[in-house]
Amino acid sequence: MTPAASQFKKNATALTADLRHRALIRTALKKYEVVRDDKVSRFQNWQSARQSAAEIKWDAVNHLDTHLVEFARNLEARGTQVHWASNAAQAREIIIGIIQERKAHSIIKSKVMTGEEIHLNDALEKAGFEVVESDLGEYIVQLRHEAPYHFVFPAMHLTRGEISDLFSKELGTAPTDSPEELTMIARRVLRDKYITADIGISGANFGIAETGMISITENEGNARLTCALPKVHIALMGIEKILPKLEDLALFLPMLATAGAGQVMTGYNTMYGGPRQPGEADGPEAFHVVLLDNNRTQLLADAEQRDALHCIRCGGCLNVCPIYKNIGGHAYGATYQGPIGAVITPHLRGLQQWKHLSFASSLCGACTQTCPVKIDLHHHLLQSRRNAIAQKPVWWEKPLFQALAFLFNHAGLFSLGMKLGRIGQVFHPLIKNTGIDPVRAWTRSRELPKVAPQTFREWWQTRK
Amino acid sequence: MKITLFIPCFIDACFPKAGASAVEILERLGHTIDYPKELTCCGQPAFNSGYWEESRTTAIKVLERLKDTEVVVIVSGSCGAMIKNFYPELFAGTEYEEAARSLSAKVYEFSDFLVTKLGVGDLGAQFPHKVTFHDGCHGLRELGIKQQPRKLLAHVRGLELVEMGEAESCCGFGGTFSAKFPMISTAMGENKYGSALETGAEYIVSNDSSCLMHIQGLLDRQGKPLRTIHLAEVLNHRQLPHS
Ligand code: SF4
Repeated sequence: MTPAASQFKKNATALTADLRHRALIRTALKKYEVVRDDKVSRFQNWQSARQSAAEIKWDAVNHLDTHLVEFARNLEARGTQVHWASNAAQAREIIIGIIQERKAHSIIKSKVMTGEEIHLNDALEKAGFEVVESDLGEYIVQLRHEAPYHFVFPAMHLTRGEISDLFSKELGTAPTDSPEELTMIARRVLRDKYITADIGISGANFGIAETGMISITENEGNARLTCALPKVHIALMGIEKILPKLEDLALFLPMLATAGAGQVMTGYNTMYGGPRQPGEADGPEAFHVVLLDNNRTQLLADAEQRDALHCIRCGGCLNVCPIYKNIGGHAYGATYQGPIGAVITPHLRGLQQWKHLSFASSLCGACTQTCPVKIDLHHHLLQSRRNAIAQKPVWWEKPLFQALAFLFNHAGLFSLGMKLGRIGQVFHPLIKNTGIDPVRAWTRSRELPKVAPQTFREWWQTRK
Repeated sequence: MKITLFIPCFIDACFPKAGASAVEILERLGHTIDYPKELTCCGQPAFNSGYWEESRTTAIKVLERLKDTEVVVIVSGSCGAMIKNFYPELFAGTEYEEAARSLSAKVYEFSDFLVTKLGVGDLGAQFPHKVTFHDGCHGLRELGIKQQPRKLLAHVRGLELVEMGEAESCCGFGGTFSAKFPMISTAMGENKYGSALETGAEYIVSNDSSCLMHIQGLLDRQGKPLRTIHLAEVLNHRQLPHS
C-alpha cells in the first residue's frame, strides 16, 4: 500500500468510529439537501439546464486551446499580465516573483483552491511573507493550521463553540455562541489586513474567453476587498475554468449557487477585467492572471475522463456522497475531496499513488446523479480501477480472479464449491473474526450470509 | 413467452427463495422458464475490481449461452445493470461488441420486466406487514427503476409501505468495497438501517439481494429486530399452506 493509501485507511477507520463527527456532518449536509432541492425546483427544468451546462463546458474543454488564447489576448488588451504555469513549482515561482518585484510583504487572500493545490501559503510563508486568508472559513482553518475540510465549506466540521474557543485562544476575544458575533470578530481583524496588504491573491470561478474577464462568486464580500484594495491583484486559476461567452454566466452563476450552497444566487458575483484604467478612481495598479496546468492537460488527453475538466467545483458531489458523509474531508489527504477528488487526484498526482480513492467507493452513483455539469463521476472511478490494475495488478488478486473466472465457467465446480461452503460454514464459528478468519474484513462488523440448505440449482433439479 | 432466467451466484447460493419465487410468479402468469444452469455469475466482481480481462472470461460464456434467447430476466438490479449497461462497455472494440449490445437490449430486471414489459401489477400476493423499500443503487441509477417495485407492492394485500428518508442512499455493500473498506461500508450500512428503523417497519424489501445481504449481516450482528426480504418473495407470498 502506498503511504497515501495507508494514511487514508487509518483516517477512515478513526473517523467512522467518531460518531459525533459523523452526526455533525450528516446533519449539516441534510440541511444542504433541503435548501438545494428547493432552489433546484425553481429552475424551469433543472435537467435541461444540466444538459446545456454540460454542452457549454464540453465546448470550452474540447476547444480549450483557442478559448485560452482568446482569453489571454482579451485580458492583455486591458493591461493584465497573463502568466502560464505548467506545474505547481512554476506557479509558485511566478507568484513569488511578482511579490518580490513589488518589494511587497503582506498578502491577503480570498478563497483559492488552486492555491491549496500548489501549497501556496507554505511557499509564501517560507519566502518570508505574511499571508492572511480573508474568507471566514479559510481564516478559521488557517488559524487551526489545517487544510480546508471541504472545498466549498472549509470549516464545516467545526461547531460554533469550537470556533469561539479558537478565536479566544488565537485572538484573545470573549467567548460567544452567536454566528454574527463570530463573523464580526473575524471581520474586525481582517479589515485592517485589507487596508495594509500590498498584494491580494484570489482564485477564479470562471474565466470568460470572449471578454477576458474573471468571475468570482462569494458570500462575504471578502474577495471584492481582496481584489480591489491592494495595489496588486494576482488571480490563480486552473486552465479548465474557461467559459466561452459572457452570456454563459446567466446559466452558470445560478447553477453554481444552487448546486453549491442551495442559494438562488450567491451574495456577490463580480467580474474582474483588468487593472485600474486611465480615468478610473479605484482598482489595483497591476493585475496578474496565472493560468495553471499542473497535469490538467494530461487529463485533457484522456478522452474517456476528459469531462472531469467540466467541474465548476460546486462541491455538490461531496455533499451527497455517502463516503464523504461518513469520513469527512480531511480523511482524503487530497486538495479536492469527495468524488471529484477521487476522479482527478490520480490524474493530477499519479494513478498508482492515488488509485485507492477510486476503490474507496461503492459506485452508488449519487455523485453522477447530482453533478450539475453531468460528469460521469462514478464510471470514471471504474475506469481508473481498470487502468490502475492493467498497469499494475495486485499480486494475489490477479490469480484469485483468474481462479474465480474458471470456477464460474464450470458450473459443476461451482456447485461443489457451494457444497464445500456448506460444510465450511459449520466450522467457521471456530475462527470467526479471529486473525486466521479469511473473511475477517466482513465478519468484523457483519454476520456472513449462509449457503442455503438447498441452493437454487438444487431446487430447480427437484422440480424436473 | 419463453423467459430465460439468469440467477446470480449469490442468489443461487444464499438466497434461492428469491429466484424460486420469481420462477413461480412467472409460471403462474403462464410463461415458460428456461434456466441456463451452466451460467453462474455475470462477472461483476472482477469487473468492479478492475480485472476486466478476467471479467470477460466469465461474461463471454454468458453472451454465448444467452445469444439465442427471447428475453432475459434477472432477479437483481446490480447484475442486471452489469449485463445491460456494462457488458457493452466491457466488450467495446472486441469481436463480442455486437453480441453484448443485442443481449443488452433484451435484459430486464425482474420488477421492471413485470411492470414495463408484461404490464402486470396485481400478482395476488398477501403480506400483512409494514415494510420499507430500499432502492438498490444499480437498479435505481443505472437502470432507472424506481416506481416499478412500488407499483407491484401497492397491490399486495395487507402490506403497508412506509418510505424511509434514506431510501435512495447506498447500503454500503459495493461488492469488494465492503471488504476493502469495511469501516466505511459498515458506517454506510448503519445509516441505512437506521433510517429504515425510524419508519417502524418490520421488513426492508428490495429488488437486490446483495444489498439485503449486507444490511441483514449488520442487523444480525447488532441484534436489531428488523428483517430483510427480496421483493420477489413478497410478491410470491400468499396465505397458502405451503407458503
Ligand atoms: S464534479 Fe460536479 S458536483 Fe462535483 S464539484 Fe465538480 S461540478 Fe460540482
